[in-house]
Amino acid sequence: MKEFIKNFANQFDDTELSEFQPETKFRDLEEWSSLTGLAVMNMVEKKYGVKLTVLDLRSVNTIEELYNVVTSK
Amino acid sequence: MSLPASNPFSLEGKRVLVTGASSGIGRAIAIACSRMGAKVTLTARNEKRLDETMSLLLGDGHQLVVADLTEETQRESLVEQLPKLDGIVQNAGVGSRVPCKSIEEKDIYEIFNPNLIAPILLQKLLIEEKKINKGASIVFVASMAAKYPSAGNAIYSASKGAVISYARVLGLELASRLIRVNCICPAMVWTDLITKDGVDKEVLEEAQLKYPLKRYGSPEDIANLSVFLLSEASSWMTGSCVEINGGAKEL
Repeated sequence: MKEFIKNFANQFDDTELSEFQPETKFRDLEEWSSLTGLAVMNMVEKKYGVKLTVLDLRSVNTIEELYNVVTSK
Repeated sequence: MSLPASNPFSLEGKRVLVTGASSGIGRAIAIACSRMGAKVTLTARNEKRLDETMSLLLGDGHQLVVADLTEETQRESLVEQLPKLDGIVQNAGVGSRVPCKSIEEKDIYEIFNPNLIAPILLQKLLIEEKKINKGASIVFVASMAAKYPSAGNAIYSASKGAVISYARVLGLELASRLIRVNCICPAMVWTDLITKDGVDKEVLEEAQLKYPLKRYGSPEDIANLSVFLLSEASSWMTGSCVEINGGAKEL
């Protein structure tokens, strides 16, 4: 989970690492955009071998929920 | 006004090669060509799906060659088996969705090999082995992505932009034999290519409503344009890039 948060946070350029917690609602982060979403999908595929879809991403609100989707796939 | 003695839109008596004919736009092009009277040579990697395309063709005299065009030996074997061609549709290609900051070297090869390098090398062989009849028509299926940016589409767009530039030069070089070369630039078309990279069908169904004509293209829409470009009706067209996009000015 810790590593996942780090990898997730790495897709952002200007948001402090401390802002990323398991319960963080990532869509509320100022820097979040559809391009960040694309970068997250790409990171998950390359680092975890899991192909997320746009709807997978839309179905969750927090980083932890996303992590759970990734580990369940 | 009387009708012309022969229909300029017909492909009667022509032999047409279609790459990537196992699914999507390539399959629709092969079917449309056969319905317009052409004898079609189908090629793609997947034998089972290629057989399915073959079973959907009208008329006889068609040919099926299983080949992975990114492999030199398989390109050579395909060209060896080909009769002389009156039409070539360079359609085979793959999609990709990677943001620029995440691009790795292998992401580039995975797209550029099938989308750009294989068609260029196949084309070279077809010319070298004298498989193209005088007055033939060559069609490249490029993409509107070459001109209109969309996030995550950098490698794919670059590969199609390169195809378009290549095709223009090819057209110039082949013009002395009255061989014409044109590109089709479709916007989003309902095929496996657009749903493969993690974008759900539901998301696309919603997005297509932004197009002025309220829908993405069907493979048949692109096939009909290909038939026109392969036929004598487009005799004075070469080096063109035809956009077909339901009125969309972005992807």
